[in-house]
Amino acid sequence: MNTLRHARYVLGENPVTALAFAGFFVLVLCAVFGPALAPYDPLASDTAQALTGPSAAHWFGTDQLGRDIFSRIVVAARLDLGIAVFSVALAFGVGALLGLAAGYYGGWIDRVVGRSVDTIMAFPLFVLAMGIVAALGNSVANIVFATAIINLPIYARLARAEANVRRHAGFVEAARLCGNSEARIVLAQLLPNIMPLMMVQVSLTLGYAILNAAGLSFIGLGVRPPTPEWGIMVAEGASFIVSGEWWVAFFPGIVLMAAVFCFNLMGDGLRDMVDPRRRT
Amino acid sequence: MRRREFLKRSTAAAGTIAAAYVIPARPARGQARKDTLLTLSESGPNNLDVMGVGTNRPGYEASWNTHDRLVTFGVKKDPNGHDHYDYTKIEPELAESWDVGDMSATFKLRRNATFHDGAPVTAKDVKWSFDRAVTVGGFPTFQMAAGSLQKPEQFVAVDDHTFRVDFVRKDKLTLPDLGVPVPIVINSQLAKKHATDKDPWAMEWLKNNEAGGGAFRIEKWTPGQELVYQRFDEWKSGSLPKLQRVIWRMVPSAGNRRALIERGDADVSFDLPPKDVAELAHEKKLAVIGTPIENALNYIGMNVKIAPFDKVKVRQAVAYAIPYQKIMDAVMFGRGKPMFGGPAEVSAPIWPQPSPYVTDLAKAKQLLAEAGLPNGFETTLSFDLGFAVTNEPLCVLVQESLAQIGIKVTLNKIPGANWRAEFTKKTLPFIANAFGGWLNFPEYFFFWTYHGQNAIFNTMSYQNPEMDKLIDAARFETDPKKYKEEVEGFVSIAFADVPRIPIFQPSLEVAMQKNVTGYRYWFHRQLDYRQLAKT
Amino acid sequence: MLLLRRLATALPSIAGVIIVTFLLTRALPGDPAAYFAGPAATTQAIDEIRHQLGLDRSLPVQFLDYLGQLARGDLGTSLSTGQPVLAELLTRLPASAELTLLGLVLSVVIAVPLGIAAAMRPGAPVDHFCRVVTTAGVSLPTFFTGLLLVYVFYYLMGIAPAPLGRLDVFSSAPPHWTGFYLIDSLLARDLPTFGAALAQLVLPAATLAIFSLAPLARITRASMLAALGSEFVRTARASGLSRRRIVYVYAFRNAVLPVITTLGMVFSFLLGANVLVEKVFAWPGVGSYAVEALIASDYAPVQGFVLTMALLYVLLNLGIDLVYGLVDPRVRLEA
Repeated sequence: MNTLRHARYVLGENPVTALAFAGFFVLVLCAVFGPALAPYDPLASDTAQALTGPSAAHWFGTDQLGRDIFSRIVVAARLDLGIAVFSVALAFGVGALLGLAAGYYGGWIDRVVGRSVDTIMAFPLFVLAMGIVAALGNSVANIVFATAIINLPIYARLARAEANVRRHAGFVEAARLCGNSEARIVLAQLLPNIMPLMMVQVSLTLGYAILNAAGLSFIGLGVRPPTPEWGIMVAEGASFIVSGEWWVAFFPGIVLMAAVFCFNLMGDGLRDMVDPRRRT
Repeated sequence: MRRREFLKRSTAAAGTIAAAYVIPARPARGQARKDTLLTLSESGPNNLDVMGVGTNRPGYEASWNTHDRLVTFGVKKDPNGHDHYDYTKIEPELAESWDVGDMSATFKLRRNATFHDGAPVTAKDVKWSFDRAVTVGGFPTFQMAAGSLQKPEQFVAVDDHTFRVDFVRKDKLTLPDLGVPVPIVINSQLAKKHATDKDPWAMEWLKNNEAGGGAFRIEKWTPGQELVYQRFDEWKSGSLPKLQRVIWRMVPSAGNRRALIERGDADVSFDLPPKDVAELAHEKKLAVIGTPIENALNYIGMNVKIAPFDKVKVRQAVAYAIPYQKIMDAVMFGRGKPMFGGPAEVSAPIWPQPSPYVTDLAKAKQLLAEAGLPNGFETTLSFDLGFAVTNEPLCVLVQESLAQIGIKVTLNKIPGANWRAEFTKKTLPFIANAFGGWLNFPEYFFFWTYHGQNAIFNTMSYQNPEMDKLIDAARFETDPKKYKEEVEGFVSIAFADVPRIPIFQPSLEVAMQKNVTGYRYWFHRQLDYRQLAKT
Repeated sequence: MLLLRRLATALPSIAGVIIVTFLLTRALPGDPAAYFAGPAATTQAIDEIRHQLGLDRSLPVQFLDYLGQLARGDLGTSLSTGQPVLAELLTRLPASAELTLLGLVLSVVIAVPLGIAAAMRPGAPVDHFCRVVTTAGVSLPTFFTGLLLVYVFYYLMGIAPAPLGRLDVFSSAPPHWTGFYLIDSLLARDLPTFGAALAQLVLPAATLAIFSLAPLARITRASMLAALGSEFVRTARASGLSRRRIVYVYAFRNAVLPVITTLGMVFSFLLGANVLVEKVFAWPGVGSYAVEALIASDYAPVQGFVLTMALLYVLLNLGIDLVYGLVDPRVRLEA
């Protein structure tokens, strides 16, 4: 209850965060009902209508093959959010478990996890993602996998630090005295306690995951054509900017930015909610 | 250093720099600009030696402009009034004259010709260079063999300025083959200084250094970024080029290349995508020249060894389901020559020529049913990522159209290096690709792409003894009437069996400022700066 | 000695990077042998070249070969440019570093005052403005920002120079001292070249700066808030010091430490992120070099690049530790 009231307070005080949540809601709508909301078939070409600017019939104009850009953007929401959500979930799941184990047990587990995370961090992250996708092939699964790997260190480090601080906290000692198994303590006591902080990170990395996928698309390592995806649409549209057909790259770019923007602002907002210093 | 000091010093340093230097106005560079040609292309040479291992196309351009060959080709006007090399006229370059005997040809070299370092050009240099071309293996050796130039014993330095080529057989391609980019004349004394026991042909050194006597010398080369040429003022093998300097910049982004040429910052831009070319040509602010590339074809290939493409009716069905006109409009923006909707009977011994196929989905469906696949099938259409600008929309359109006759296509873009590897293996069932031959003969094209020898470019693994017989006969045919029959014969088979579906003949597109003159189309599809000028 | 110990702790991750990069590049599709053999090669010719390149040997043997080469300082040769990787990285690294540093400086110049302003009036319009602007910046894909800037400032308005790398075509590079054109041209007292190099840098550096505003502004705001709320600031205020002095001398100096840490992180992040920016601006840096190589399945440059970046990352962290010690007397390397 208290949390809810605090959340309402933060949202009320911070209209920008409220806006971000609203934007997120729209995105989720698109992702769930995408194909039903799109006015045109996102894959149907109509070369007679190729590269026409925004109009009543085509709100965001059409691309080189005469496909409706608005429909493509709406339908792409599912794939883009899907990539982001799955990769972050994977990074979160694996990262949190590794981090908790490292922080709680210490010793060799800590050293192994720490070294592995350091190794990942020592890579230029975007290049690592590129390398993984190039080596394994450009499929959606591999893009998710690559994005998850480069996000893993953040979660592992966060979880480790938090677990390390709390492993001798009162509630942990209490649970231990009650005879709970170690695994149970980690999962049932420690994990819920670090959840709020992790959620902030989730929101921030979701945005980063979308950017990362878009970057991969830009250099030709994205999903297969003709699947609509925001990053690929920007990349394809890039060559039309100079010839004046700005809308081909502009609208997907703006939507991409808006999505990342929402996630980032939400992350900020969540941080405010979670941060006890902000509670009044 | 103490902390306080550190903080103070860093701010102080920043202040001094800002105060001491005020950015001045840029000086006029008009003079340098007038005698210098700035050209742009997507990628640059990876090797300055045309005989090197894995030398790319831009590398041929570097080699072409910095070296002489014994002979070169004349010039004619194409139907649009632009200069076009003339295959039928062989003209002097380093050799001022020659006699073609029954089984040999003797060349007289220019007596005053020198290399860039001032050393005179002798027949020994020619022999060393040709020996190198036929010995090092790979592409140069293969190209020499296309003109029946196969072993060092064929090349004789009679005296300092007389050079003889002995024939192993009579081949109409021998003399023309001496004018292609491979048989360049290298400064052998200079190159030999850098040869080692392990590397007798100085491959390593010539990769990064040029030892030629051509119209231009290389002033500076930064791989992947720029190449600067300086005119060689002592050049004797032709009239002295008008340009003093050529700066060739590599600009990977097509959008940037277009912006640079449109805003007048660059003089010549090469490899622009069809859309940019179409629009620039329409705006008429620049001179845009598109020349159909001789003996070249963009096609969809089907591997006849892989089911269901082993059935001729399936291949014909696909050929009737290609959205040809849509591709010409939306992908090629009208650039390139359509190669579909031709007459039912082949009536000219030329290549490429339009196939009889048109978009006819009803007929495609019917053929597919006749082949026993009324519900279609699934396959993967692959293309080279490096040519995604045209290939990707093209394949998307093909995919959409084939879906209407029940063929489910997955698209697969393959990065350049891998493309070649996949190519060699011939395991791709269905591809979009292009092929072009330097030497403009139909049988030359067919020898590499349809012949049962199954060369790497026969991407369809197509083998048909009847076709092989016609191709082989045409290669050494001397009777024009028979030649016509043979060529028409193999073209007809290619259309009926349709292992590769012709779509269009690509154009070599170049956009130039209006003050650039003298552009000439060359079969090697690279720029020749020797004829270019700025007025 | 301490430095050495600090370096030694980084050795395992460097080793990890070497192994992972090696495995990753071997898993790349494509066949360098087929590439080398040229367009008309037979299968036999390709096999011969594969043997020459040592690619037919087992992975462990290839790895040992690779380690041997590394030990000799040999990073191999690039297939696509035909040049030794080490030499190319060395000539390209200053280009990337100069661009990234300038982007960072630009970012600091904007983000730090913005963060301070936001911290002074939390919740006020300026705070929201700061948050929205910086978040918008980090939400834009860098390649999109770059393309947009080129279109507007070069193509439409014509005030930026052509996006053709580090210098316009008719300027020549300054004599090589540091490889940073701005510094080299100043050392050579060559102001036109300095101007030309700066002009080329503005757009790509701005692209990077826009992307890196958010973390810097955010950390400045947070640590300023913390500092402004602390005891010593309250004491200073109570003793009647001017507001200016309180903010800039007392609060900011105490808030600067987290900003420096973030700066280091942002720098290494930007070095990796600028591969896309380099591609858009035809910037001859290490990033664009690595991208091209990766697409072409060109092992050696990718390995060399990743290794260089990993080493840089380690050195950077070391540098931050050192600066820490200089800025904050409480932090010493021994700690």
